[in-house]
Amino acid sequence: MNQQVSNPLSGPHTHGKEDTPKIMRLVLLALTPATAFGIYQFGWPALFLWLITILSCIIFEAFSLWLARKPILSYIGDGSAILTGWLLAMTLPPWAPWWIGVLGGAIAIILGKQVFGGVGQNIFNPAMLARVALLISFPVQMTLWVNPLPMFSAMAPGFVDGLLITLKGFSIDAYSGASVMGHVKTEISNGATLTAALSQTYDNTALALGFVNGSLGETSALLILLGGLYLMRKKIISWHIPVAMIVSTALLATIMHSIDPEHYADALFHVMSGGLILGAFFIATDLVTSPNTKTGQLIFGAGCGLLVYVIRTWGGYPEGVAFAVMLMNAVVPLIDHYVRPRIYGHARSGKTLQYSEKKLARVQQAGED
Amino acid sequence: MKLFRFRGGVHPESHKEAGDKAIEVLPLPAKLYVPVQQHIGAPAETEVQIGNKVLKGQLLAHSQGAISAPIHAPSSGTVIDITEHTAPHPSGLGVRTVIIETDGEDSWVDGLKTINPFELNTEEISARVGAAGIVGLGGATFPSAVKLNLGLTYPISTLIINGGECEPYLTCDDRLMQERPDELIDGIRIMLHALKAKQALIAIEDNKPTAIERMKVAANLFDNVTVTVVPSRYPMGSEKQMVQTLTGLEIPAGKLSADLGVIVHNVGTAFAVRTALRQGRPLVSRIVTVGGGAISSARNLEVPLGTLVSEVFEHCGGFNEDPARILMGGPMMGQLLPHTNVPIVKGSSGVIALTKKEVAINQARPCIRCGSCIASCPCGLLPLEMAARAKSGELQGAVDYGLMDCISCGSCSYVCPSHIPLVQYFNYAKGELAARRRHKQKADETRKLADIKIQRLEKEEQAKQEAAARRKAEREAKKKQQEAASA
Repeated sequence: MNQQVSNPLSGPHTHGKEDTPKIMRLVLLALTPATAFGIYQFGWPALFLWLITILSCIIFEAFSLWLARKPILSYIGDGSAILTGWLLAMTLPPWAPWWIGVLGGAIAIILGKQVFGGVGQNIFNPAMLARVALLISFPVQMTLWVNPLPMFSAMAPGFVDGLLITLKGFSIDAYSGASVMGHVKTEISNGATLTAALSQTYDNTALALGFVNGSLGETSALLILLGGLYLMRKKIISWHIPVAMIVSTALLATIMHSIDPEHYADALFHVMSGGLILGAFFIATDLVTSPNTKTGQLIFGAGCGLLVYVIRTWGGYPEGVAFAVMLMNAVVPLIDHYVRPRIYGHARSGKTLQYSEKKLARVQQAGED
Repeated sequence: MKLFRFRGGVHPESHKEAGDKAIEVLPLPAKLYVPVQQHIGAPAETEVQIGNKVLKGQLLAHSQGAISAPIHAPSSGTVIDITEHTAPHPSGLGVRTVIIETDGEDSWVDGLKTINPFELNTEEISARVGAAGIVGLGGATFPSAVKLNLGLTYPISTLIINGGECEPYLTCDDRLMQERPDELIDGIRIMLHALKAKQALIAIEDNKPTAIERMKVAANLFDNVTVTVVPSRYPMGSEKQMVQTLTGLEIPAGKLSADLGVIVHNVGTAFAVRTALRQGRPLVSRIVTVGGGAISSARNLEVPLGTLVSEVFEHCGGFNEDPARILMGGPMMGQLLPHTNVPIVKGSSGVIALTKKEVAINQARPCIRCGSCIASCPCGLLPLEMAARAKSGELQGAVDYGLMDCISCGSCSYVCPSHIPLVQYFNYAKGELAARRRHKQKADETRKLADIKIQRLEKEEQAKQEAAARRKAEREAKKKQQEAASA
């Protein structure tokens, strides 16, 4: 078989511009604005965490490839490990200690990807698998949200202090606060109304632009959206998953909000906060772990959106994107099994297509015009 | 006219550099290498012997069986050898080939007496088309007479003339339509008459404005011939996709387009039909596009069949850089040539020498399940699943995913970001299945013959025993009679 393949007998003898490493590079490029903004607003520790997470992903990938005796350089060159590390870093608390990044990288690459057989074989989104594992195992470190302290601003830690924060951790009281979603969740479960809970933290504009606390790269909905639209324009992703996911969350939010506005936040709040936009454009759209067909992608996206809302609203965690995407990842093989395009010349049942006399006659008539 | 969209498809760079180059006649080569199989079906049986003098158009090999086509001498000269010679096939294997040393006279044999084709009936027309050795010149090389005869058994409403020419680089059909529109329309009308069809639709991709314009002018004289402009999208020129584009109907699996009342022929075929019917001359030459980045100047040539590809390239100034792949046909579905010492045959729409840059196929990487192949498949298949199964030898699994509905158009491989040679896997699986089928057939046949022999032996044995029993009974009867008589 290998002989067959290495010997180029069959056409096509030319190729389009599509290329896996290029796809990965474009996704990284699309992530850059939101990441740069996150690093700017959370300072040196965020930059260190970002670098550590990506670097560990690369190292664990190289180690796994070496174990599997696969060509290390060319496989790392596809950029998929970098992308996994980058996405994971974006969903971490920006001042999380170094070992969160390293451990996360190990979980993502080794457990999330390589044990399944490497790139293309994994069922779950590796970055989300790592995030969920970290969140469950280290709930304290994973929910320490530092208030924005833009790089080089008066209060912000300098290079050395930043390095110390990443390596040794930081004094909790000094900088932290709950994320908007976490705060709302706590307040509501304590019996407060939504209006009261939101009045302290919620500002739509700040949320959209990202001047709030939160994960390293999830705060600026607008910049993430910009990156997502760029990917759509470049045809790396199609609209199906993001639109289905955002619309289904927004729809549920609108319905619940109209029933009880004091307990259920409106659609805008849900869309703008937390990782929904990042999840919709960059995580749920992961090529490997999403369905292959457009119809399948619509089902998958809608399922993700539904679960995001359910988990955020009634679940134990304030944020639901990682859980939602992973749960839907598990359903993808099933979706791909049942949702297939119809084969040319066959009916949906697989039988030979049959046309009615009327249709045949109409076509012959139409030809005569 | 309302057009319909087929699913998937790709837009490869068109590279129609030769589109404005007029057809020129290639000077007669000193030797012609004429394979006896240039078509789908049984090879033709040679009629000539080494040393025979032949005239242009003289029969070299006659058709064998229902699906076959005869082969004629492309020029006058002497048969100097009949031997195995490399055929235009990636295997590089040989095919029985008649080698003619041309005498430079290029003198025609006395052709068939021509009469007004519109006074002939379907059988007579297709007999002439068959005798002229005409096969589908779009590249499929299916004997055209067989397709024209379908007019006898199916009610045909529409003859579609395929001027799509969706393969990059190729411009031979485009030039034919630009330069010989009236002859083409004449050929199309003869085919319409043979098929007893109501109308002909000439489908031309919108990237050939001059051809469209000239064909429209020529078709204007006839109510039942219409030029239809179709969008440029590969694989528009595939029969299944063309029928779908024009009628909105899909050819049902396992059926013919004739079941929908539609027959598709290539423009080159229409021209050959016209030549055969109006001039009584068989198919001995064709238009070939010479192109690709490694070629000094892209051109369209009228080439005698049997001319070596090397001579065609030489005429076009040779290579200006080392070609990475030399192809017969277009880059999407064309065949890789092992070298240029192979002849031009009836299905050679082009000879293309691609540079490394044009090929642009990288080392394959693992599939990332992006689904591009599914989105691009014009047949609604799941190429990634089929390839995964073919790769692991699970051929039935590949068939269950629709392997047999694959037209090998290569759209999936073309867009695959991991550069996986999907069509390679499919062709491997198809070939392997065909081999197994043949093997099974042979085994079945052997078993059947063995069974027949056993039955025959048993029958003989039984007959023997019966005969013995009868004789015994007779003897005993006689005995009794004698005893009775003597008593």
